Amino acid sequence: MRIDFLKGAILAFLIGSSGVVFAQESEIDLLRTELDSLRSDYELRIADLERRLALAEQNAAVAGNVAQQATAQIGTDSASFNPAIGVVFTGTAWNYSGNPEDYFVQGFPYGGEAGPISEGMALGETELIFNANVDDKFTAWLTAALAIEDGEAVVEVEEAWVEATALPAGFGMKFGRFFSDIGYLNSKHLHAWDFADQPLPYQAFLAGQLVEDGVQVRWLAPTDVFLELGTEALRGEQYPSAGAANSGFGSYSLFANIGGDLGANSSWLAGVSYLDSTAIDRPSGDEDDPFLFTGDSRLTMAQAVWKWSPDGNWRDRNFILQAEYLQRREDGEYSGPDLAPTPYKVDQSGWYVQGIYQPRQRWRVGARVDNLSSDDPGAVFDGTSLAAPVSDPRRYSLMADWANSEFSRLRLQFTRDEAGPDDDNQWGLQYIHSIGAHGAHSF
Amino acid sequence: MRATITMFLLLTPLLGHAELRIFGCEPGWAALAEEIGGDLVEAYSATTALQDPHYIQARPSLIAKVRKADIVICNGAQLEIGWLPALLQKANNRDVRPGSRGYMEASGFVVRLDATASADRAGGDIHPLGNPHVQTNPHNVAAVAKVLAERMAELDAENASTYKSRNADFLRRWQDAIVKWETRAAPLRGKRVITHHKSWVYLERWLGLEEVGNMEALPGLPPTATHLSQLTREFADGGADVIIRAPYQDDKPANWLAERTGITAVVLPLSIGGTEGATDLFSLYDDIIDRLLGATM
Repeated sequence: MRIDFLKGAILAFLIGSSGVVFAQESEIDLLRTELDSLRSDYELRIADLERRLALAEQNAAVAGNVAQQATAQIGTDSASFNPAIGVVFTGTAWNYSGNPEDYFVQGFPYGGEAGPISEGMALGETELIFNANVDDKFTAWLTAALAIEDGEAVVEVEEAWVEATALPAGFGMKFGRFFSDIGYLNSKHLHAWDFADQPLPYQAFLAGQLVEDGVQVRWLAPTDVFLELGTEALRGEQYPSAGAANSGFGSYSLFANIGGDLGANSSWLAGVSYLDSTAIDRPSGDEDDPFLFTGDSRLTMAQAVWKWSPDGNWRDRNFILQAEYLQRREDGEYSGPDLAPTPYKVDQSGWYVQGIYQPRQRWRVGARVDNLSSDDPGAVFDGTSLAAPVSDPRRYSLMADWANSEFSRLRLQFTRDEAGPDDDNQWGLQYIHSIGAHGAHSF
Repeated sequence: MRATITMFLLLTPLLGHAELRIFGCEPGWAALAEEIGGDLVEAYSATTALQDPHYIQARPSLIAKVRKADIVICNGAQLEIGWLPALLQKANNRDVRPGSRGYMEASGFVVRLDATASADRAGGDIHPLGNPHVQTNPHNVAAVAKVLAERMAELDAENASTYKSRNADFLRRWQDAIVKWETRAAPLRGKRVITHHKSWVYLERWLGLEEVGNMEALPGLPPTATHLSQLTREFADGGADVIIRAPYQDDKPANWLAERTGITAVVLPLSIGGTEGATDLFSLYDDIIDRLLGATM
């Protein structure tokens, strides 16, 4: 009995004490849960406070921005309408194995500014670019080129155009002086060229680049494939035109471009264009004693460009393959040094193919072949530089360039020239640097 | 019968014609337009997450898309300055010219960080208007959604109520997701990151990350060996928790630095499609946080 009591007491104690243990454990659990919920509650509250603080900061910042903008508007009303301004600096150092002073291409007397790059070190064109919206319906662009011609500094209005931006139905219109949109290279600014000079057919048929006074109308089809049609009415004063014939409506152009993507890696653009020009006493060849051409000059062009980059990520690696074919028919009359006015009717053509590869950021290498061909204008031109060349004038060029940023580029170029009077090896360096606002580049 | 079917097939594309065509410069904005517009919109992204949006060719296909767009929405703050102006100039679409209701820069509706009064390019390829990569903070996406939904309702008034209600629904789901993301990302607070380019400042501000270094010595210029060596010395004994780069950025500098410092390098999707996990707006941030947690825990 005592034993039983003892047993009972022990049992009771055990039960009781374990009860205490149980009670203590459940109390701890409870406290822990409470603490946890308190903690998470505080965390939520802290997070909430932080969010509210961030929001308040944001609002204050927005208010600050607005206040700042308001002050800016009060202070600098006229300055805030300043156009975007940019300056592009270019220059070359060019070495010839022959004498570039004697350079000409048999059968293709150059007009305008076409010709070899200045020998030795020379400042190239310095472009001043201004552009801004005029209002809600027009935008305007000016490129003034500061150039050195015969030792004199001259300012040329390279481009000065106004564009209508509010036309409906996919139409666009531009008027003033502008680079014609014929071909692919013609509308590219010098600083966007991949070689320091233009290919032979551009030099021979467009005196480098056709820039004219006139009006351009473009229409874009509402299709997934890029399809652009355009036409230009031009004054007709620049090579291959001359003399602003037809009372200053001397030439016109037509162009059509089509393009699209081939998967994510590559895209293409192809086009055809036509330039119909009238020339009145158009000078070419020797500047002091030029040939003069009067008649019709009709130029047909076809071009294709293919661009590739892995995943379309242009920045690291990319490749551009580009080719153009130009065909010209001139029908009129040539006169010139030791040449009485003589009927001239000739078909000529030219092409170039070039590839540019960027293996890694900053570095690019490229190769180009350019070529001209001409029919024989007749025995009467034998002995003049209008006679057809014995073999096709051709050049081979290689280039490598390095761009520290989008705004600076240094280029090394080698050209093997088999187009001039003597075969010539040329080495050249070119720099292209721009400051200020810099417009986006077209494809 | 056959004629009827043929007619039907020919007309289907017309019947299925979207009410609004959205041209997003980056995938996130196209996806946002789809969240708000559903079947009423046809959204197109000019870039993929595998492309550096600073450097895009003004391709003919993009011009054709802008020609037909009702809304062009981009990050803005000069991110697309190298190509978007060329698209807009060539596309002859007055409805999406800057200044029109169809043109939207997302960065214009959020607080931009790192705006600078100095615009000196000796400091690299800087953005005076502030850092343009605003989409890395989902609060910014919410702010843009409100404006985009308003514009969509304005330009397609007939379906205005749909855009409004869909946007309200989206914002509700978005806020819930934000709470979830912020809770999950709490352990990331205070983590120190080295980034390739300054693409992540909004993410850092949002999650409380601390940017301690960039692999680009100057923004926009590729990392140089000198600068990377300097970073190696600086972080040889810790001092950073993770190295971040976007999928389109060269992996060599990040791996090189990771190898020498022992700090984990991770690829984060800067936009949808940047990684396998980032398939839509929601999973984009899921994946960013997953990858950061995985790399730092």
